[in-house]
Amino acid sequence: MRVMAQMAMVMNLDKCIGCHTCSVTCKQAWTNRSGVEYVWFNNVETRPGQGYPRTYENQQRWQGGWVRTRSGRLKPRSGGRLKRMFTIFANPKLPSMQDYYEPWTYDYEHLITAPSSDDIPVARPKSLLTGEDMKITWSANWDDSLAGGNEITAGDPVLAKVSEQVRQEYEKTFMFFLPRICEHCLNPSCAASCPSGAIYKRSEDGIVLVDQDRCRGWRMCITGCPYKKVYFNHRTGKAEKCTFCFPRIEIGQPTICSETCVGRLRYLGLLLYDSDRVAEAAATEAEADLYAAQRSVFLDPHDPAVVSAARAGGIPEDWIEAAQQSPIWDLIMKYEVALPLHPEYRTMPMVWYIPPLSPVVDVLRDTGHDGEEAGNLFGAIDALRIPVDYLAELFTAGDPAPVRAALGRLAAMRAYQRRGNLGETPDDAIPASVGMTTDEMDDMYRLLAVAKYEQRYVIPAAHAEDAHRLEKIATECSLDYEGGPGMGGGGPYGQGPFGESSGTPVPIQVETFDAQRSRQRADSLTEAGDPAQRTNLIDAGGAGSRTGARPQKDPAGEGGDVTSPGVLDINRDQP
Amino acid sequence: MNTVHVLLWVVYPYLAITILIGGLIWRYRYDKFGWTTRSTQLYETALLRWGSPLFHFGVLMVLIGHVVGLLIPKSWTEAVGITEHNYHFMAVFIGTVAGFCTLAGMVILIARRRFTGPVFAATTRNDKAMYVFLAAVIVLGLWNTVRGNITEGGYDYRADLSPWFRSLFYFSPDPELMTSVPIGFQLHVVAAFALFAFWPFTRLVHAFSAPIGYVTRPYVVYRSYGTRSRPARPGWEGPPTLPTRSSSRSRR
Repeated sequence: MRVMAQMAMVMNLDKCIGCHTCSVTCKQAWTNRSGVEYVWFNNVETRPGQGYPRTYENQQRWQGGWVRTRSGRLKPRSGGRLKRMFTIFANPKLPSMQDYYEPWTYDYEHLITAPSSDDIPVARPKSLLTGEDMKITWSANWDDSLAGGNEITAGDPVLAKVSEQVRQEYEKTFMFFLPRICEHCLNPSCAASCPSGAIYKRSEDGIVLVDQDRCRGWRMCITGCPYKKVYFNHRTGKAEKCTFCFPRIEIGQPTICSETCVGRLRYLGLLLYDSDRVAEAAATEAEADLYAAQRSVFLDPHDPAVVSAARAGGIPEDWIEAAQQSPIWDLIMKYEVALPLHPEYRTMPMVWYIPPLSPVVDVLRDTGHDGEEAGNLFGAIDALRIPVDYLAELFTAGDPAPVRAALGRLAAMRAYQRRGNLGETPDDAIPASVGMTTDEMDDMYRLLAVAKYEQRYVIPAAHAEDAHRLEKIATECSLDYEGGPGMGGGGPYGQGPFGESSGTPVPIQVETFDAQRSRQRADSLTEAGDPAQRTNLIDAGGAGSRTGARPQKDPAGEGGDVTSPGVLDINRDQP
Repeated sequence: MNTVHVLLWVVYPYLAITILIGGLIWRYRYDKFGWTTRSTQLYETALLRWGSPLFHFGVLMVLIGHVVGLLIPKSWTEAVGITEHNYHFMAVFIGTVAGFCTLAGMVILIARRRFTGPVFAATTRNDKAMYVFLAAVIVLGLWNTVRGNITEGGYDYRADLSPWFRSLFYFSPDPELMTSVPIGFQLHVVAAFALFAFWPFTRLVHAFSAPIGYVTRPYVVYRSYGTRSRPARPGWEGPPTLPTRSSSRSRR
């Protein structure tokens, strides 16, 4: 047994209203640069729907994830090492820009500068790839809330797996929203596909990252990831992906998407798992058994044997404690209401979902029944086989039993709590009917309905003894890095001879500071044609130059110290 | 042997090789982030699927041909019983096929680059200059292979050109050997060394990061954030100081 810790997320789909706040804040934080205009590390899909990029779940076509070979071992579906080497010059399974969407902006300037005429000037959409006029035909959430109707929905690869009769019924039934980020898999096939070895899993917290210095742009990871959550920055020629907001996680803050989630539907916490058993579990023969196989890899943080093995494995005491308080453990293992997304890809994803019950309630109410009465709900879950089958294709490789069980518990909780709410006598038979005690039911209710910030996000900070190595905690001089100011490097302090993508990446903290100041004082938005834009990793908006991010104060005015960005008085700089 | 010969066949190649090696080291240290293929496959796939493998596999065959032709002395191949005629026939045949693959691939890729809007928009001036050098070397090489060996009967480059090339690596360069080489081959050599000198400063650097290690590597890479290192400052530099405007050396 080799105990490792993994930062994981659970999303409660019942609460997702599809507001896209997570997507927008994530985009602002991570992908508001040129080259990644089309990239959404976090996106919210309407189900049923084609997803983003279109039909990414059709692995016959896109060849993502792993397959089990006849000898019982795993290899990437798109081919093993040799095949990958031979297809390196032209990846045969790479989604094109059109499968995502062609990014665009609007020619707003025309509204002001158009000559006088009888017609009202319009801001034409301009492609951000070519600068030419374009017709907008698709986007990251073009089919939001079933827009486009059956014509588009019919292209849903998950729907295609559900039988024809079910599909007809289903289209009348319901829709729900599915927010997606990188799964930070235990068995990441993107990392396995990377010829350069640039994609790695952090051994401390399991976050999967792309080393921007080692990525050579072979673009195999994009094919390798079955969730299509690795993206190609077409300006820098490097792969980029969701980082689980590691600079925030390292200091104990939740990810941006969690922090800003309006419905408070996201949970963050640690899971301990046995890394020696991952490969074996991922190679489980029957796809429907993969959900159980993945659960069997997780280790009970309350088990003294696990705790001592974790200590032996170098996991700090406060991390073990955090694992014991983890809402993720409770939702996945204790209450068994969270399910993995597409376990059949064999990547062992670590962002799990509580399946939505509300559509079932809605249907009951619409047909004149009491949507929150236990008997009605239990009956409806089975009677409405359609959503259960669809959910099973998403979360359990087609096995409806775990989905039905999870929905049963959610239904029981709803009915049980309603009785309490209305002042009726609690009915202990309801929790018992789904194999839970009343205390467990109360606890689950609290976690799902009223949990506070600290209970939803149980994130141990990275360790003090590591602190000087972590970028956001600068115990050393934050300007002390190779290529930094004074060392003649590239980065935001000057562009190298090879254009925007040359030089050494700048530690996040330094760039954030400068980018933020630049943005606060800028009065123009960045343009598609901006020659050079550098990575702004945390919190810049669309305004302001990130290139000339070095404080450029009027040397004659204000009397500020132009030579020391580190000690500028922000207040004094405000206009 | 005059000054021009020494300059062309001794000073110039050494200079080019020095720039190549020094440039690669400098670029690796200074610009790991810019060290990429900068693929444009995301914009356009249909043409790339033909052009890129044609070009790359062609150029790899060409590379192998050059290694055999330049680095293996004639006496060695004759010692294992390959006659000059057979050798020549094989070399010309394979070389011509590989050369035309490379050329066809390059034509497809350059046409694609010019006529596909997003790809052309992503093409830098550096890229365009690089294509000139690359095309010159390839066209001259193929021209020599076709003209020098097929239409005009054989020219045995292993008698003079190859020994000269090897002599560079023994550090006893013999420019005399190059005087008898046909002008076409001489031009090819000059163009090739120009390309080598330009190489570290172009996107061609990706050739030096060919992911050979992938074949033996375990699939999933783990890394500890403990290994993420900050470059240590040498002690004699004293404590870090805040930068001054003059020392920030803006390169724009």
